[in-house]
Amino acid sequence: MDVKRLGLVGYEEALALQQTLVEQRQRGEIDDQLLLLEHPHVITLGVKTRNDLSHVLESPQSLAAQGVGVFETGRGGDVTYHGPGQLVGYPIVDLNPDRRDVHRYVRDLEEVLIRAVAEFGIGARRLDKLTGIWVDEAGRDAKLAAIGVRISRWVTSHGFALNVNTDLSRFGLIVPCGITDKGVTSMERLLGHSIPMAEVETAVTRQFEAVFGLSSV
Amino acid sequence: MATNVVMPQMGESIAEGTIVRWIKKVGDQVDRDEPLFEISTDKVDAEIPSPGAGVLTEIKVKEGETVAVNAVVAVIGSASAADAASAGPAQASPSSGRSEMPEAAVGQPETENRKPEAESRKPEAESREPEAGGKQRTSPLVRRIAREHNVDVSQINGTGISGRVTKTDILGFIEGGGAVKAAPTPASRPAAVQHVPAFKAGERVEIVPMTIMRKKIAEHMVTSARTSPHVYSVYEVDFHHLSKLREKKKQEYERNGAKLSFTALIAKATVDAIRAFPFANASIDGDNIVYKKDINLGIAVALDQGLLVPVIRNADEKNLLGLSRAIDDLATRARSKKLSPEEVQGGTFTITNPGIFGAVYGLPLINQPQVAILGVGAIEKRVVVVENDAIAIHPTGHISLGYDHRLIDGADAGRFLTYLKQRLETFDESWM
Repeated sequence: MDVKRLGLVGYEEALALQQTLVEQRQRGEIDDQLLLLEHPHVITLGVKTRNDLSHVLESPQSLAAQGVGVFETGRGGDVTYHGPGQLVGYPIVDLNPDRRDVHRYVRDLEEVLIRAVAEFGIGARRLDKLTGIWVDEAGRDAKLAAIGVRISRWVTSHGFALNVNTDLSRFGLIVPCGITDKGVTSMERLLGHSIPMAEVETAVTRQFEAVFGLSSV
Repeated sequence: MATNVVMPQMGESIAEGTIVRWIKKVGDQVDRDEPLFEISTDKVDAEIPSPGAGVLTEIKVKEGETVAVNAVVAVIGSASAADAASAGPAQASPSSGRSEMPEAAVGQPETENRKPEAESRKPEAESREPEAGGKQRTSPLVRRIAREHNVDVSQINGTGISGRVTKTDILGFIEGGGAVKAAPTPASRPAAVQHVPAFKAGERVEIVPMTIMRKKIAEHMVTSARTSPHVYSVYEVDFHHLSKLREKKKQEYERNGAKLSFTALIAKATVDAIRAFPFANASIDGDNIVYKKDINLGIAVALDQGLLVPVIRNADEKNLLGLSRAIDDLATRARSKKLSPEEVQGGTFTITNPGIFGAVYGLPLINQPQVAILGVGAIEKRVVVVENDAIAIHPTGHISLGYDHRLIDGADAGRFLTYLKQRLETFDESWM
């Protein structure tokens, strides 16, 4: 597997890169990929909300004034926010022919994230029917990482967004994932100090390779 | 010559799917494998390619509707037969009299035209085959081995990607006499390599599952041994001067509620050495070396079963009294299991003390992602050669540094240990 640490990448640019890589992966020209990156402030809409902006709480004008872009995307899921301090992972993995189970794939992504944050002492877990990884924060479930995936001829794209040092106030712009009764948190908030992104990238890479059995060692 | 397009099975536990978008409209010409519609399930959106070429003659399921797997969602007909293939139930049912097969994969063609299509779909049909019997996805090779040995693949715990059974798994299973293990559920399945048991209950053994801590230690140690090429240097330290100083100050520390232990004294000198040699406080991250500005000192604490490494954050900002208190506090709470998770995380360098069990010196494994670990051997009275070739009896001990040779060379370790040794042997009262 090929891991690419790309740093800050614009959302459109990342979409185009994924598109190219998905096509190359479908043609078998490249190995499975894991893209790790951060996005500038952006709100993205999943297929569920393509024509429904009710979960975006501010007007397009107001968002534009704050430098926050809004994109429609082909991934699964509802609306979410990306921005600096959040580790975004886009695995471009061919699930053909033996891994053709989208639920298994999503549960595996959750497993990667649960294990990665466990390396930092955070005990995250799954919630039934609510994809993503969650922690208990003062008695309330708070989402630490969101997952939204697209599959095209069993090649995956999009993926996960893990709040490392994310400016959580930005989530106030939306109703994350359309879930209104739960919170959003970050590793920084849970641990009380910021965490070097590189360390989290390393942990996620390690756990991704472990869970997906793609270790290059 | 119409082809039914069905809601594909996107996973074992998935019974239905929602159509979110038709990429093609009725009347559109489609090629086989051209994206036809998008479905959504869980947090996954999937683009479904057309099972055949022709004209999309009918869409049976509207955008936003959810239907069962294998339900017919559309019909593709040849251009001339566009009108012929319009009627029919929304779902495949045996009573429809058509040759629809509920178990079929995406787009089972209805007529003679099926041959080339059936062929092109073969890999798909094959990967679905085991679903009838077991639930695990397997490769043709594994299925062949399974047939030859009359083994039920669903009885084997797969170690492959997404839990699939690999050739090694099945061969190990056959060799191990086919011991039956419960199949893990997808959600809780540990994806790490699973092991075919070498021992069975009933033999003259006692089989005890590892505690979570044991498993964590095992995982960490294997990772460490695999990640870092470990090299060791061992230095002998004369503790004559330091033990006298310790005796002198001990009571003063006790009055302040702290135990002036050798561990605390060594921790203090080590922090100074780390500050002098930042490579000891680093991590390797890909092709980069990450030098950490905070010195977070981990102290390995042996428990009745297992061990913990509580971390003294910003150890370089503490004086000896502060360090002594912190070590005491963390060790006590580690043994009574009252540490919070943050207190065992974020260490940048670790000290371990195999000497308390009598070891002359230890060769510890690095606590990843750190790059070095200091082992402290037993401090005992030994015969030493002192000034003017005289022989004396001094308390001495051995300090060993385990280091990651990817980053630290022998000369670096030598400089670090020489500095530390000197610091210990000439410990200044003003540092106390």
